[in-house]
Order: sequence, then structure tokens, then C-alpha cells
Amino acid sequence: MSALAPGVDEPVVARPANLWRDALRNVLAQRVAQVGLALLSVLVIMAVAAPLIATHDPDSTIGIDEGLLAPDAPPELKGPCIHLIGCPAERPQHLLGIDRNGRDVFSRVVYGSRISLQVGVLTVGFAIVIGTLLGAVAGYAGGWTDNLIMRLMDVLLAFPSLVLAIAIVTILKPGLLNAQLAIGIVAIPVYARVMRASVLSIKERDFVVASRALGESSGGILLRRILPNALTPLIVQGTLGIAGAILDVAALSFLGLGAQPPLAEWGSMIGVERNQLFNAPHLIIAPGIALSLTVLGFNLLGDGLRDALDPRLNR
Amino acid sequence: MLRFILRRVLLTIPVLFGIVFVVFAVARLLPGDPCVAALQERATPAACAIFNARFGLDQPIPAQFWIYLSDIASGDLGDSISQGRPVAEILVERLPLTLELTFFALTLATLFGILFGVISASRHNSAVDVGTMIGANIGVSTPVFVLGLVLIWFFAVVLKDTPFVLPPGGRLTAGISVVPLAQSWGMTETEGPLRAAVDFFSNMYVLNSLITGQWEVLGDALVHLILPAVALATIPLSIIARMTRSSLLEVLGQDYIRTARAKGLDERGVVLRHGLRNAILPVVTVIGLSLGGLLAGAVLTESIFGLSGIGKMITESVTSRDYAVVQGLTLVTAVIYVTVNLLVDISYGFLDPRIRLQ
Repeated sequence: MSALAPGVDEPVVARPANLWRDALRNVLAQRVAQVGLALLSVLVIMAVAAPLIATHDPDSTIGIDEGLLAPDAPPELKGPCIHLIGCPAERPQHLLGIDRNGRDVFSRVVYGSRISLQVGVLTVGFAIVIGTLLGAVAGYAGGWTDNLIMRLMDVLLAFPSLVLAIAIVTILKPGLLNAQLAIGIVAIPVYARVMRASVLSIKERDFVVASRALGESSGGILLRRILPNALTPLIVQGTLGIAGAILDVAALSFLGLGAQPPLAEWGSMIGVERNQLFNAPHLIIAPGIALSLTVLGFNLLGDGLRDALDPRLNR
Repeated sequence: MLRFILRRVLLTIPVLFGIVFVVFAVARLLPGDPCVAALQERATPAACAIFNARFGLDQPIPAQFWIYLSDIASGDLGDSISQGRPVAEILVERLPLTLELTFFALTLATLFGILFGVISASRHNSAVDVGTMIGANIGVSTPVFVLGLVLIWFFAVVLKDTPFVLPPGGRLTAGISVVPLAQSWGMTETEGPLRAAVDFFSNMYVLNSLITGQWEVLGDALVHLILPAVALATIPLSIIARMTRSSLLEVLGQDYIRTARAKGLDERGVVLRHGLRNAILPVVTVIGLSLGGLLAGAVLTESIFGLSGIGKMITESVTSRDYAVVQGLTLVTAVIYVTVNLLVDISYGFLDPRIRLQ
């Protein structure tokens, strides 16, 4: 612009549309996405600042030292005790009470957010990487490769996901990582289908044909031309998938096939204490609410992303 | 129509074949010797030789797959190690409960899901609509096992001394027992597949007590099914409600709906006859797909409510390393899921003439 001769007005140029900024604005305009983001912000803050927020070490059996679990101690001592709302000052403060092993439930719920976040992101990340790869190859190669890959995906989809995951965990042996792997494997077909559909709709477009004419390799075309255009559905599906992955891994942990005690994982916390339902319901309700709100957060954000990023839905 | 149905059935065969293959592959991926895995401490060389010959494990892999396939075709799903009897026998005993539970949950989810969806869509953007959709979002995000435990706590503990108290688990109250169909029909001497079939239906307590008129058992069995069915139904109910709402909203925005209104048709007729009939197809798809979630959720529900169906059996078998049971039940669950979705596919033909003419 500065190269213009003096006296000539600079042309008025509209600010170029920035795809990502527009998308972000669209997302933030959605009320469901706002609520989802708010819930997830709380979750992330809880996970990052867990040592600052938690009142106790999640694994220390502090309640035993405080005499709350002594055989003659009344059972209500295990319940929540908050000094601010009238719990007697001589009782040790436990915001959400203590569990059967004398551990502070609030601190365990706070630390549990780290595991849930890690579970959601890693599990879906694994499924997206493998699924995208398979879907891209199937869509790009076509022919019998496509047929073979997609029929295998159909078969995987024909199993109820949790049941197949249980069968896989049986082989791999129970454990958090194996549970994540099983849920990840079961989730692959969804992303393979999304990616294949994107590739099929894009690969004959002019800009792809032009790249091929210019001598770009198949890998380059897939990575630089097709993948960026397929990102939107993957992001939407991935966000919703995180919610599902967290639910399913928590379910496996609840059944004793995922995270093993004493790890502060919400599903396993509920599973271990389920028999306390009748005398200490807070042991189930506290991690249960944390789990539900986390899943709700990802579901709402996913719905908001879909409404904001899908041009067909723009109203 | 017949050609349409036949084509759909034929298309399912490769998928069923693939399911058997995946279950077979999973079994062969087992680390270590299958014989040692199955017989554990009883795996002496002599016992293993017999075991390998019985399951064809001394043959090459393709032959093994063929043997596995023919075993399944003849109804042999292997033997449970922990119970020392055929998996098929366990299925006759346990599958009916799971089917009963899933059926009730699916009925609840379908009826109330469509009802809430229709109410929501016909009062678009009203407080009722917003409230229903908030409820649906929460419903979709609440894990089955959390909801189940909270329901037990509320209905069995909090409401303990009210008329609304509901049993926290089990199929029947202690002291009440169901008379098996084989006994009512004088078939105690019968054996073989016929007896297995009779026992199978006999183990569906609701069905059994309904046909033989054991009213006390019927009432008790139904009361015991309420909480598990509600816990299991909540997620699919929410999904069906959301799908009904969005599909119906799309249809209600179309010109022919305006025409119907302009003709002076009452709103009820517009929404139900002109709207819902055309909006129902994606809803039916979702109902079929939600069965997968229900069968998976049954694993959790049965474990929470102490119901001995196949879901609870799978979990117990993982813990006791009873591979044959896990495989057999996984196979059966997948086949049920595929079969129901085949029926859903076929139902499109009835619901939408355009599809069967294609």
C-alpha cells in the first residue's frame, strides 16, 4: 500500500474473511457451546490446579488418623463436614466427606478430573489417528482396498461398543490403559467413515485435480489438500466422541475392568463404594455428578460446534 | 416388497460372517495356549490333547475357522469353564431376562421419547421445549450406573416408608416364585431343543406369568423391572426425543404443512398425521441403533440391580477368565443387534414406499 503514489487514496479493502475467527465467533454465539465451554473450563482448571484446589492428598487415608473410622465412631462422621455451614469446628473439615478407607472424597473428585480429561483426549486421539488414516486410504484408493477396510469397519460397528470393548479387555487384562485402548479401537469406525466421506466428496474437486496435475504426491494431496477440508466434521465428531469415551471408560472402570483402585478415577470410585449406597450415598453421588457434568460439557460443546461449523445448518 | 426384504437379508449375511470372524480372531489373539487359558491348572498334556482335538486346535487356522463356524451353526458355543456346562445352556437360562429388560427399556424410550419430542417440536422455543431439551441433554450425559444407583437410593432408601417404594434389585420378592412353563404344560419329561425353547420363554417371567395367569408373579416381576428399565432407558429416551424434535421441526417448516393448516385442519392432525408420519423415519433409525446402547447398558444395569442376565454373566466371566462365555455372549449380543437393525431396515419399506421401490 505504501508504494502508492502520493495523492492517490488508499483503496478501501474489506477485512478478509478469516475462516477460523468466523468459526470461533459462530461457536461462541451458541448458548449450548457457552454452557459447555464454561463446564469444561471448570474441569480444566480443576485438573491443572488440582494440588491447589484439593484440600488433602487424594491417596492419604487421613480419616483414619483423625479417628473418623474408629469402630465406635458414629457413621455420620464419614459424611460431609463444612465448617462454614455449621459443622462443629472440632470436627475435621471434609467438604464431601470421606470414603471407607478414610480418604477425602472432595480431593479425590478434584484429582479425578485429570484422569477423565486424559482418558477422553487420549482415547479419542488414538481413534481419530487410526480412523482418519484408514478412512483416507479407503476413500483415496477406492476399489478393493476401500471395500476391505470399510466392510471391516461395518463389522466393528455391528457390535454394541461396550460389549466388544469388554471382550477386548478380557484379552488385554483389566487396567486403565487397556480399557482406553479397547474403547479407542471400538471408536475407530466412526472416524474412518467421517474421513472417507470427506475424501470422497473432495478428491474430484478442481483444486485437488490441479494439485495432482502440478505433480504433488498422493500423500501430499491427502495431507495438505484433503485433510484440512475434512477437519470440521472430525472436530465435531471428536468432541462428541470424547463424551462417549469418558462414559465408556468410566463404565469399564465401574465394572472393575478399567482403572484399578486406589487410583482416583470417578467410575472406579463409584464401583468400589457402590455397596455404601444405603449409608453413605455421597460416595456415589459426588463422583457421579462430576462425571455427568464433564460428559455434559463435551456433549454441549460438540452440539454447539456442529451447529456453528456445519454450513448446511446455518440459519 | 418381497425382493426388497430378500435383498436386505442377503446383505446381512456378510456382516454376520464378519462378526463370527472377529470373535474367532479375538479368541485366537489370546496370549498363550488357549488350552492353558481355558483349563488353567487342569491343563495337563493329556487334557490339552483332548481339548485341542475337541475344539480342532490341532488343525491349521482356516480349518479351525471352519470348525468354529460349523460348531456355531449347530448351536455349540463351547463350554463354560467356571460352570462346567455348555454356553448355550447358560444362554437359555440368562438371555430371557436381558431380552425382557431391553424390551421394556426400549418400549419406555420409544414411547416417551417420541412423546417428549412431539411436545417439544409443537411448542417450539417455549418453556416446555427448552425444559425438555435441557432434560434430554442431562439424560444423555448421565452414566447408566450413576443413574441406576441414584434411583435405587431414592426409591428404596429415601421413599422407604411411602407407597412409592420400589425394590432395589432382583427379579422377584423373596417367597414369590414362578412356575416354569414346562411344569404348567406337563412337559417335564421332554428333552432337547423343544424343551430348551420352552424353558427359554419360561424364563421371561413377565411373558410366562401372563400366559399362565400367575397374576401375583406378573405384578411383582413388573414392579422389579421399573427401576432397571428406567435407568437403562434414559439415554436412548433422550436421544429419541431430540431426534423426533429436530426431524419434526424440519417437516413442520415445509409448504405442505402450511397448506394443511390453511385448509383449516386442526393442529393435532397437522402435527400427528401430516408431520409425524413424515418425520418418523430418522427416529426409527435411531431406535434401532439405540439397541446397541441398550445391550451394552444392560451389562451395567444388571450388575447394579443384581439381575442375572447375560450382561452380568459377561462381567463375571471376564473376572473368572471364562473366555468361552465372553466369546459366546459377545457373538449372541452382536447377532441380536444386527438382526434388530435388519428388521428396522425392512420397516423402512413399510414406512416409506419410496425406499422399497428403489
